[in-house]
Amino acid sequence: MSFEAVIGLEVHAQLLTKSKIFCGCSTQFGSSPNSQTCPVCLGMPGVLPVLNKKVVEYAIMLGLATNCTINRNSYFARKNYFYPDLPKGYQISQYELPICSDGYIMIKTKEGEKRIGITRIHMEEDAGKLIHEGAHSLVDLNRTGTPLLEIVSEPDMRTPEEAVSYLKELRQILLYLGICDGNMEEGSFRCDANVSVRRKGDTKFGTKTELKNINSFRFIQKALEYEIERQIDIIESGGKIIQETRLFDSSKGITISMRSKEEAHDYRYFPEPDLMPIFVDEVHIKKIKESLPELPYEKRQRFKDQYNIPEYDIEILTNERDISDFFEKCVSLYNNPKTLSNFFMTEIMKELNERKCGILETKLTPGNVVEIFKLLDEDKINYNGAKTILPKIIETGKSPSVLIEEMGLVQISDTSALESIVMDVLRNNKKELKEYLSGKDKLFAFFVGQVMKRTSGKANPKILQDLLKEKLSKISIDEVDNL
Amino acid sequence: MAEINKELVKYIATLARLEFDEDELDDFTEKFRRILEYVEQLKELKVDEIEPTYHINVNYTSMREDEINQSLEISEVLKNAPDKKDNFFRVPRVVE
Repeated sequence: MSFEAVIGLEVHAQLLTKSKIFCGCSTQFGSSPNSQTCPVCLGMPGVLPVLNKKVVEYAIMLGLATNCTINRNSYFARKNYFYPDLPKGYQISQYELPICSDGYIMIKTKEGEKRIGITRIHMEEDAGKLIHEGAHSLVDLNRTGTPLLEIVSEPDMRTPEEAVSYLKELRQILLYLGICDGNMEEGSFRCDANVSVRRKGDTKFGTKTELKNINSFRFIQKALEYEIERQIDIIESGGKIIQETRLFDSSKGITISMRSKEEAHDYRYFPEPDLMPIFVDEVHIKKIKESLPELPYEKRQRFKDQYNIPEYDIEILTNERDISDFFEKCVSLYNNPKTLSNFFMTEIMKELNERKCGILETKLTPGNVVEIFKLLDEDKINYNGAKTILPKIIETGKSPSVLIEEMGLVQISDTSALESIVMDVLRNNKKELKEYLSGKDKLFAFFVGQVMKRTSGKANPKILQDLLKEKLSKISIDEVDNL
Repeated sequence: MAEINKELVKYIATLARLEFDEDELDDFTEKFRRILEYVEQLKELKVDEIEPTYHINVNYTSMREDEINQSLEISEVLKNAPDKKDNFFRVPRVVE
């Protein structure tokens, strides 16, 4: 009997506001413990939260980008639980009537595009950080009150791959909107997964487990794969799934039941009396809609229509806004998107990956990239030369025409200069020459290679090939020894 | 209405991190029941066509600009802490 998994995801995205959601403390990451706290986020008696306007704006931006309904009226609620990372004893969140609901995004799957529903997006405050140390836990409340958007999907995903694809698309939308830095390691983009399995064809959901805080795409894939298999094994051996929260142990690649002293998940939500309802008017929404940047899916479509480059290239080029902007600047200076895209795919992305850095952190400019192509077009360098100077441009920012002089890469297109090298190569490789002349055509590449070696790759390949063909056609096998 | 019994009162006390002896539990059970019975009268009202009231105040929330204000001095932050280490609050270990 075959099974299928049912996966729903909850994502917490930290918003890139300067100050916290309900007070003016800074949201800066990595400051000294508890240095960014005040009576409001410390949960002192008698204080009142005041909502940060930007948080509402960012929530609406994401709602619009994910095809949600923006609710004119929405409310904050108290989610009650005792845990030292939240000194008030409750988290201010939204429960009934969140700010955005009923949206969707399209994701790529092996079977083509698939629509994944978004149940809701709501605003809430983040909790603090705990460090466990022996018999104690240490509490840092700097993160308490950092604004979060929680994005809850419908249980529409069926495989770990689909879950990862959804997360990548959602993260990219957040990055394009510029409202979250998407850093999974630092926890500004966190994911909890609800997963259950059922026999194929069943319409009822099985009992689900919740996998908490998994901090990389690879781990999400692995955690889901493990958990799905674990659940299938239990059902096949006649057991029952227990509804529980599980943690992914990345060193062992397994999920384990999480035991915590907060045993009762009974949050007793009720409307937050300290905050009035939030009202968003039509004009405000319209204004935000008009100011939205081009979104990843819109950009991909435009690249397809405008540049006619392969789907895979589009995928890579639009993955980061910096790269796609850079690419488009290059195209505006040198109207050959296909050639440029190829060079990005094979050379530039490789250099960036090796350096583990973004394109704007290098000294590469669209002007420099385009100059490489002009040198190629003018036969001043060959492709090998282009490859050789690229890392130097990245490191020094020097112009390609200066570099090819400095590095002695100016292509040899002078026929007479090449001619003597060709003859030299033929004289020094008489055995191969004889073989070639008696029909071993493949050796042509060997001679090309030898000349390239002698010229440190600087020979103009086209001229060299013509020249070599011409020379070889004129030599008869008897002449070889007397060359 | 959910049946108000001693078990439920105990559960609510646990959520609120409160401890009561048997006599107190009996007392609360009786009081809870009476309060809820009283509130139960609301169910007699016809409210099908009335929007739920999330808030008794009819105003909308006012908002602040996204600007940083001075946080508290660390000495002030930790002033009331029963236990601390470096600049952290220190509490009994919360995970097993």
